[in-house]
Amino acid sequence: MNFADLFRVTMPETVLEVAALLVLVVDLTALRNAAQKTRLTVAALLGAVGCLAALVTVLNTGGASLSFNGDLLLAVGGTAAVAQVAILALTALTLLLTVGMDFTRHGGEYTAVVLMAAAGGMLVSAAQDLLVIFIGLELLSLGLYILTAFAKTSGKSSEAAIKYYLFGGMSAAFLLFGFSYLYGIAGSTNLQQIIQATSGFGAYHTAPLLYAALVMVAAGLGFKVAAVPFHLWAPDAYEGAPAPAAAFIASVSKVASFALLISIGTAAWNLLGGVQGMTCPALAGMPAPQTLRYLGFRSVWMLILVTMAVASMVLGNLAALAQTSVRRLLAYSAIAHAGYMLLGLAYYSQTRTSADAILYYIITYGLTTIGAFGAVAVVEQATGGDSMDCFAGLHKRNPLLAGVLLVLFLSLAGIPPLVGFWAKFNLFAAVLSVGAGKTAFGLVALAIAMSAVSLYYYLQVLKRAYVLKPVDETPVKAHPLTTLVLLAITLSVVLLGCFPALLQGWIASF
Amino acid sequence: MLAWTIYLSFAGALVLALLPKSSKDLARWLALAVATAGLVLAVAGFVAGMGQGLTTIVDVPWVPSMGIHYILAADGISRVLVLLTGLAAVAGVLFSWNIELRTNEFFAFYLALIGGVYGVFLSFDFFLLFVFYEIAIVPKYFLIAIWGSTRREYGAMKLALYSFVGSAMVLIGLLAAYSQSGGHSTGLVALAHAGLPVSFQMWCFPLVFVGFAILAGMWPFHTWAPTGHVAAPTAASMLLAGVVMKLGAYGCLRVAMGVFPHGLDPWGFSVLGMGSWRDVFAVLALTGIVYGALVALAQVDFKFVIGYSSVSHMGFVLLGLMALNQIGLTGAVLQMFSHGAIAGLLFAIVGRIVYERTHTRQLAELEHMHLAKRLPFAAWAFVIAGMASMGLPGFSGFVAELQVLVGAWQAKPWWTIFAGVGIVVGVAYTWRALQKAFFSDHLPTPEEHPSTGWPSLGAITWPEVTGVALLVLATLWVGLYPRILLDSIEPAVKTLLAGGM
Repeated sequence: MNFADLFRVTMPETVLEVAALLVLVVDLTALRNAAQKTRLTVAALLGAVGCLAALVTVLNTGGASLSFNGDLLLAVGGTAAVAQVAILALTALTLLLTVGMDFTRHGGEYTAVVLMAAAGGMLVSAAQDLLVIFIGLELLSLGLYILTAFAKTSGKSSEAAIKYYLFGGMSAAFLLFGFSYLYGIAGSTNLQQIIQATSGFGAYHTAPLLYAALVMVAAGLGFKVAAVPFHLWAPDAYEGAPAPAAAFIASVSKVASFALLISIGTAAWNLLGGVQGMTCPALAGMPAPQTLRYLGFRSVWMLILVTMAVASMVLGNLAALAQTSVRRLLAYSAIAHAGYMLLGLAYYSQTRTSADAILYYIITYGLTTIGAFGAVAVVEQATGGDSMDCFAGLHKRNPLLAGVLLVLFLSLAGIPPLVGFWAKFNLFAAVLSVGAGKTAFGLVALAIAMSAVSLYYYLQVLKRAYVLKPVDETPVKAHPLTTLVLLAITLSVVLLGCFPALLQGWIASF
Repeated sequence: MLAWTIYLSFAGALVLALLPKSSKDLARWLALAVATAGLVLAVAGFVAGMGQGLTTIVDVPWVPSMGIHYILAADGISRVLVLLTGLAAVAGVLFSWNIELRTNEFFAFYLALIGGVYGVFLSFDFFLLFVFYEIAIVPKYFLIAIWGSTRREYGAMKLALYSFVGSAMVLIGLLAAYSQSGGHSTGLVALAHAGLPVSFQMWCFPLVFVGFAILAGMWPFHTWAPTGHVAAPTAASMLLAGVVMKLGAYGCLRVAMGVFPHGLDPWGFSVLGMGSWRDVFAVLALTGIVYGALVALAQVDFKFVIGYSSVSHMGFVLLGLMALNQIGLTGAVLQMFSHGAIAGLLFAIVGRIVYERTHTRQLAELEHMHLAKRLPFAAWAFVIAGMASMGLPGFSGFVAELQVLVGAWQAKPWWTIFAGVGIVVGVAYTWRALQKAFFSDHLPTPEEHPSTGWPSLGAITWPEVTGVALLVLATLWVGLYPRILLDSIEPAVKTLLAGGM
């Protein structure tokens, strides 16, 4: 490794950090005596410009991936680049939504923390080494804890942050413990090396240790993506955090975590598939214990992922039925969506079909959910709450916002021709292209049945917005920039849904 | 040409949604213009397509990497159903002329629903068909929940959930067929020729068939239909019974039977005398015919009578499909058209002409209202519609149900007995409703009779007359000269039966 290479590969992260510092400096010097609104607006816009600059840098970063002594550290291009571009674009959107909110007096610091957390997310997406992964994750998570607590006058915000922090600390400990076992087994922290070392038969006797390691890793990562049973923080954090921060947690952090699961998933899938010589091409010729099955699944990792997926889909959707707070509803729906994606990870293909389908899903989900939180935040500012009844008669109080809500929630429910439907179809088709057995069909059927359940709770919100009469008829006003961002998101949800090949082609082009 | 019916409807919906709230008359005329243009295009497409088989309208790659194409095509069956949709759309707008609440939004949802229906009838790609099928679900919910009556929120949610569960089953079938055929294409023709294994078709066929049949009101999944019809505003119940239930039946025919024909093969063993899915669904269809008719006989709410009669009449469609012969299938398609026109007419009379003036639908209350004298137009329109619904010769229902019965006789004679019972009970419940609502013996006692005469019920308006005339003409024309539709339907059914899609 030489440092010029390191600098070249981490250029986008550097740009983000510079932007973060710049925001702080401008906020604390030039705008020191300016009005609060101005400070927040300038900080958010500067931050968004920083994201765009980093985005351009990502697209222009070429050349080989970063290695150390021949071991891969950070990937360049491919799925990592897709995730990084998505992270930057979604971060810019959440920053733009911050303008017009009034939860904090410290706009500059807020923006800086968002940018630094995004830098952590970008590292996570590209990381190919356990140490880099862990550092990236911590950078991201610490930022998220701070963002959750940012509404300093709200008790809920602090409560959510402390819960999030305690759960996060615990799961990070599990993750690190699991990583240490993996290092112990493989003698390396590099993902590729771990595959190599554990895919041969030499590692076979270490299997129980490996399983323990994988379970602990799954606990750590399950926390990040809010999969059942590691989801308990999500409803509280989504409810208590300031709306833009919640949108950030629901979108950017999810993209980063799933990008990581795609890298790790590839490795672990190969690793355990290789033990049986069924799926790893290098071992295809060797005799292998074909009878080895884990409750009918090909590998332990798959079994873990399927368990988490099924639990998330079922519990997320069923628990969402009982919610009266729209934010908590979005949290449980996020858990359910994570379940669908975990199913995609469980049935992982050797080609990029699965990776592309999962990326497609998480990117479009992130986009939609940012819009949903933006709309919820506008209603919240006008009515003072996020319970479903606050949405009553929205079609009269702000027809445009009601329209936005209609499109975004229907997309989350997976109604064509909106993008959420296409994402689901694409993902499930990828699952079935890998596993054509009865189990795979059954799991996909369960996922589709559960998404039929989800229509009920999305319609509950839309019913209030469109059917019920408003309690008070004062118009709900939104900041012009917020309206513009929400309209842009809505329009892209419709367009990407009508022309799914656009985004699909773009993802495949990396 | 036919494809423009879809685009025009969606464009109309978009314009109406953006229209200012105050311009109610503009919204009505615009909706009528769009619906009429759709009908004109449908008629033109029907005339131009006479004597031609399957014609492809558009075929462009939509998602090239997954082999999904945007295929719009039409054969005789599609053209007939598109024609029906055009008719129902125009009639529905005419009977919604008195909507005052959020008029532009009403017609926006209405036209979005119509656009989705046109789309389903013209899609020849499973994926595309599914997209249009789901587009039609959401507007239904809002139409009923916002503008409906009796228990509207319950009825709307029940309808939406039933539809969505059905479409979830179809989606599972779509994904399964797509992956089982190698993931090259979702085109209906391509899937039909993909050589899907018989064992696969055996479980995929019932899944997709039931998924679609839920929307066609197949017993025991019909319970959404009466509550939904009753809760819906007049135009929505006309569309629900007139075309949306046909979406389900069309899906059963085109997709389930077209793509998975071997799902109807015998199992090789028999349970309770049933040896194939065909027997199972035929028995369910027969149950629906008799059960729907018997329940209709016992209703006290006028609209529920029509709601359950729809379940009974849709049973004939499903029975015709399960006859699996030329005449039965032809009859089923004709029955779709016929019931679409007749049910629309019945709902219009009950929901708009009578209910909007009397503000009650309880037969016991209507009995004392002397309606034959006070609303002669409604009474005579209902007599005609009732005769059509009973299946008297000269109306479209007669030709359609006769063909279904002949088809059923050729398949299994005992099916005909139960279907015949259904027809007889059908005469009974129509008569009962007719007599109670319009020609009651329980005329008001002299003291109930206001000395100054009955208060006026409001004159019949021109949209009502036009709408009734349109639908009566349609059912009479097809009844007197059925060849006009049969010439289109028969060749299409023949190719479908031959497995050529």
